[in-house]
Amino acid sequence: MAHHDHIATHDAHEHGEGMGKKQIWQVFFVLLALTALEFLIALGFVHHWGILQKGALVNTIYIVLTLVKAYYIVAYFMHLKFEKSSFIVTCSIVFIFIIYFIVLMLVEGDYLLYHLQEHDIFPNK
Amino acid sequence: MSTTTVSQLDKVKDGPWSGGKSPWNLEYGKIMMWFFLVSDAFTFSAFLIYYGAQKFAQPTWIDADKIFQSVPGIAESGQPLVFVGIMTFILIMSSVTMVLAVEAGHRNSKQEVIKWMIWTIIGGLAFVGCQAIEWNHLHHQGFWFGRNPATGLVDPDAIAAALEPYFTKDISYTAALQFSNLFFTITGFHGFHVSIGILLNIIILCMTLNNTFENRGTYLMVEKVGLYWHFVDLVWVFVFTFFYLI
Repeated sequence: MAHHDHIATHDAHEHGEGMGKKQIWQVFFVLLALTALEFLIALGFVHHWGILQKGALVNTIYIVLTLVKAYYIVAYFMHLKFEKSSFIVTCSIVFIFIIYFIVLMLVEGDYLLYHLQEHDIFPNK
Repeated sequence: MSTTTVSQLDKVKDGPWSGGKSPWNLEYGKIMMWFFLVSDAFTFSAFLIYYGAQKFAQPTWIDADKIFQSVPGIAESGQPLVFVGIMTFILIMSSVTMVLAVEAGHRNSKQEVIKWMIWTIIGGLAFVGCQAIEWNHLHHQGFWFGRNPATGLVDPDAIAAALEPYFTKDISYTAALQFSNLFFTITGFHGFHVSIGILLNIIILCMTLNNTFENRGTYLMVEKVGLYWHFVDLVWVFVFTFFYLI
């Protein structure tokens, strides 16, 4: 019990040096700016002004912006950046798998799009 | 017996993995919360990747700008992305207030923890309310689990007419049905997580009010519940991108 409390208080004290109020609001404004940028592209460039078209380019931009937002939330709000590096690796492997699967999904989806339409279906009898 | 060198077997090991303390210098409950969130990330990723695989394998799909273009109470149509933008902002704000609650906990400032937890709970309730409004709107238009506005119709022209407002490219009954099922399932699963998060936050608020953490000497539990809440926000960032942008 005393040992548990020692870890708990020691743990809390260390992370207190990580994020002060100022840094919290800074990260918030970064997230806000990234979200605003996404909306600027989606509502402005694509929808209203037609400068960009819906397609692979804007999709890539959205996914990149989303991943940057994800980084800021996980690293700063969830505090992962301030943990021991082996713990960061343990949790980050997940997100690397996820990115891999996103790319895989886009590639495979495109493959299926073409190949499912490739051959005619013939009525049976 | 030699007293100058100690064999490897007898040396007292003090590396991080030698036992006696947490190897990552983290409390056990916090590590376990992280591992749970990692597993939950896989689950949500599976859902979203399936959505993407279905969408990009189809020759046509529902146009998000056409199906989500109302702002409740203000505009019935013509305003794509506005309402979901409000929802995203609410959830990010509640994430910030959660971090501020955790930061106040580090300084053992009970009153501030209470203040920021209340704001986080309000943010969470507002988000779930907005999601319920969005569900209600779609439901009234004819979408639901296993149905879309053209379900039950037989005449192909009638089906096309019923679904025409929601498509920009070719119209497909299957695509509309898949979109409907996936939308309600994935946002429902996420909304379920948000609801559980609100419940946890309320419990932690009550514990704070009851001086549980004051007596314990640490607000670490606030931090652990905060991790869950940030995860919920993180998932929303991806859900928003996949359903409304891409």
